[in-house]
Amino acid sequence: MSGNGITQILIYAIVLIAVAYPLGIYMARVFESRRVHVTEGWFYRLVRTSPEREQDWKGYAKSVLLFSLLASVVVYVIQRLQGHLFLNPDHLKAVPSHIALNTAASFVTNTNWQFYGGEYTMSYFSQMAALASQQYISAGVGIAVLAAVIRGFSRRSSSELGNFWVDLYRAIVYVLLPLSLILAVILVWQGVPQTFSGHATAKTLEGAAQTIARGPVALMIAIKQLGTNGGGFYNSNSAVPFENPNGLTNFLELISILLIPAAQVFMFGKMVLARRHAWMVFAAMFAVFALAIGVSLPAEQHGSQVLRASGVNITQGHGQSGGNMSDKEVRFGIANSALWATATTDASNGSVNAGHDALTAFGGGAALVNIFFGEVIFGGVGSGLYGMLFYILIAVFIAGLMVGRTPEYLGKKIGAREIKYAALGALFVPTMVLALTAISVVTKSGLASIYNPGAHGFTEALYAYTSQGNNNGSAFAGYGATSLSASLGTVAMYLGRFVPLIAALALGGALAGKKTAPPSAGTFRTDGGTFAVLLVGVILLTAGLMVFPALTLGPLVEGLAH
Amino acid sequence: MLRDVRSSLVALVVLTVAFGIALPALFTGFAQVAFTSQANGSLITRNGHVVGSRLAAQSFTKPQYFHERPSATAPAYNAGATTFANLGPTNPDLAKNVRAAANAILKLESPYNPGLTIGDIPVDAVTTSGSGIDPGISRAYARLQSKRVAAVRHLPLATVQRLVAEYTNGRSVGFLGEPAVNVLELNLALDKEGR
Repeated sequence: MSGNGITQILIYAIVLIAVAYPLGIYMARVFESRRVHVTEGWFYRLVRTSPEREQDWKGYAKSVLLFSLLASVVVYVIQRLQGHLFLNPDHLKAVPSHIALNTAASFVTNTNWQFYGGEYTMSYFSQMAALASQQYISAGVGIAVLAAVIRGFSRRSSSELGNFWVDLYRAIVYVLLPLSLILAVILVWQGVPQTFSGHATAKTLEGAAQTIARGPVALMIAIKQLGTNGGGFYNSNSAVPFENPNGLTNFLELISILLIPAAQVFMFGKMVLARRHAWMVFAAMFAVFALAIGVSLPAEQHGSQVLRASGVNITQGHGQSGGNMSDKEVRFGIANSALWATATTDASNGSVNAGHDALTAFGGGAALVNIFFGEVIFGGVGSGLYGMLFYILIAVFIAGLMVGRTPEYLGKKIGAREIKYAALGALFVPTMVLALTAISVVTKSGLASIYNPGAHGFTEALYAYTSQGNNNGSAFAGYGATSLSASLGTVAMYLGRFVPLIAALALGGALAGKKTAPPSAGTFRTDGGTFAVLLVGVILLTAGLMVFPALTLGPLVEGLAH
Repeated sequence: MLRDVRSSLVALVVLTVAFGIALPALFTGFAQVAFTSQANGSLITRNGHVVGSRLAAQSFTKPQYFHERPSATAPAYNAGATTFANLGPTNPDLAKNVRAAANAILKLESPYNPGLTIGDIPVDAVTTSGSGIDPGISRAYARLQSKRVAAVRHLPLATVQRLVAEYTNGRSVGFLGEPAVNVLELNLALDKEGR
C-alpha cells in the first residue's frame, strides 16, 4: 500500500461526505415540497393523480408491484423483439428467453446482474429503452419507497405515506436526471462514447482487423453508477476503457456509487428531525465500509497465491502497482480497484472496474460479506436505508430488552408488530440466499454454472445468489448461465427486492399510525456513539453469523490454502 | 385495480419514452457536436485509415513494437467482446498461463537485457487485464521492453525512453489513478520516428 493509494482513499471519503450532505438536504426538500412544477403537473394529469391523493402503505405497495410487473413485461418484450426494432446497426438477434427473463428481473429490481455480454448481445435500442430507462426508473422506485417509509417515521396518527407517482417522478426528474447529465457530460468529454453508429473496424499497425464496439454508452454509464444499478454497456463493465477511461472518470464513477446512498442518510435525518442520529447511522455505515477496505486493500496488494509463487515481481514501486493484477487495469492499479470493489458491494451497485472472480480469497470474501450484510452499508438507492432501518429497529429492540423497557425510536414505541416486520426484512434475504446456493450446488445443472475448481467454485455460486438476492449485480463472472441458474437468479432478484420492500412499507404504515412521545430518562439514546457501536454489532452478528459457515467452505478455505 | 393498471401503464410508457429514447437521443446529438472524437470511440487514423482507438489495446507481436498485456478475449484484444479471464487466485490454469507468459517474455527480452530473470518481470506483463483491451502497461513493463525496441529499430535508447515518457498518462489531476503507458500511441510515435 502506497502513501498515494491511502491518500486517494482518504480524499475519496472527504469528497463523498462533502457532496452527499448537501445532496441529502436537497433530497429532503424535494420530497417534502408542496409546490408542483408545471411539467410535474402534466405528468400527474396523465397518470390521473395529484399530490393530495395520498396512499396508505397497501395502496403504495400495490402501485409499486403493479408498475414493476408491467415494467418487467416491457423489458422482456423489447429484448425478444430487438431484431425487428430500430437502432440495431450490428444486426443482433433476439435475446434467448431465459436470459431475457433474468435480465428483465435484473433491471426492474435495480440489480443489474448480467448473464450476457452487452456489446454483442443487446441492440442500442435494448440498451437504451429497456435497460438504461429502467436504470432511471428502478432507482426512482427505490428512492420513492424510502421517502414513503421515512414519512411513516415522521408522521403522527396518520395512515397515509404519500403518493407513489409523485415520489417516483420527483426521484427521477429532480434527483437522478440532473446528476446523471452532469456525470455523462464529463464522461463523454473524457472519452466514453455516445453514438448511434455501429461498431468501428480498424486495421491495426500489424495489419489485422479489429472490431471496436461503441454506442450510446456515456449516459447509461452515468445513471448505472448513480442509481446503484451497475449494469454496463460492455461485458467487462467499468474495467473497459470505453466506460471508464482514466483516473478522473474512475474517481467520479466511484463517488457516484455511494453518493445517493450516503445522501439519503442525511435526507432521513432532516425529514425525521434527528440530524445527530443520522450522523451516527452514517458513522456506523462508514465504520463497516472502512473495515472492509482494511481487509480488501492489503489482500489485493499482497497478491494471490499463484502470483506470489510464480516468481514475477509483485512488489509495488519502481513503475508498477504490483499485487494481484489479474483481471485488473493498469490505470487503476490496486488501491482504486480495492476501493471500487468495496464501494460497489457496500452499495448495491455491482458495477466493477476489475474482475471479481480473480480477486484474492480474502479480497473476494470481503466483497461477498459486504453484499451479505443486506446492502445496508450505504446500500442501494432507497433500499439501502430502509434496509438499515430494519437493523436499527432490531438494535433499539435489543437495547430495550437489556434495560427492561418498551423500546422507543424517534419518539415512537416499537411493538411486536414492528419488530416482526423488521426481522422479516432483515432475515428473509440471507435465508433465501443460503437456500438457493444450496440448491445450486447439489444439482447437476446448478454445478454446470461453476467455472473455477475447488473452494473458489463454491464461492462463485455463493456470490451469485448473494449478489442477486441482495440486488447487487456484481459477479464472480466465471459463473455461467444455465436455464437453472438463470431461473434461480430470477427468483432471488424478485423476492430479494420485493419482500424487504413490502416489509419496509408495512413498517412505515404501522409507525405512521402511532403517536410520538417525548423522550424520557429511560429512553435509549440513538444520537450517541453507544448506539453506533451497538448498530455495527447487530449487523455483524446477525448477517455475519449467518454467512460464516458458508464462508468457511469458500473464501476461508481458499485463503488459508497455499 | 383497473385504474391502477392504467396509471402504471401510462407512467411506464411516458418514463420509458422520455428516459429510454428521447433523453439518450438528445444527449447523443449534444455529444456528437460537442465531443465528436470522444463520442465516436476516440479513433486514431493514419494516412486516412482507422488504425485503432486510443482506448483499446491491439495485438502487437513484432519485435519493433511495444507489446500489450495478455488478453482473455477471443481473439485477443477483441474490442467488440470484452471479458475478464475469471481465473481464481488458486486456479492451476492461472499458474500455467502466468508461467507461459513469463517464459515468452524471458525468451523475447533476454537477448537485449542480459541477466534477465523472472523476478524482473512486472506482474501486469503476465496477467490478463480486466477488459481484455487495457490500453496501458506499467512503466516498469515499458522499461523492460525499451532496450529491445531501441535495438531492433536502431534508435538511441534515450529516444525510446523519451517517447515512453511522452506517452505515459500520469495520474489524473496529479493524484487520481495510476500512471500507464499507452502502447498504441507509443508505437505510432515510434513508427513516425523512423525504424
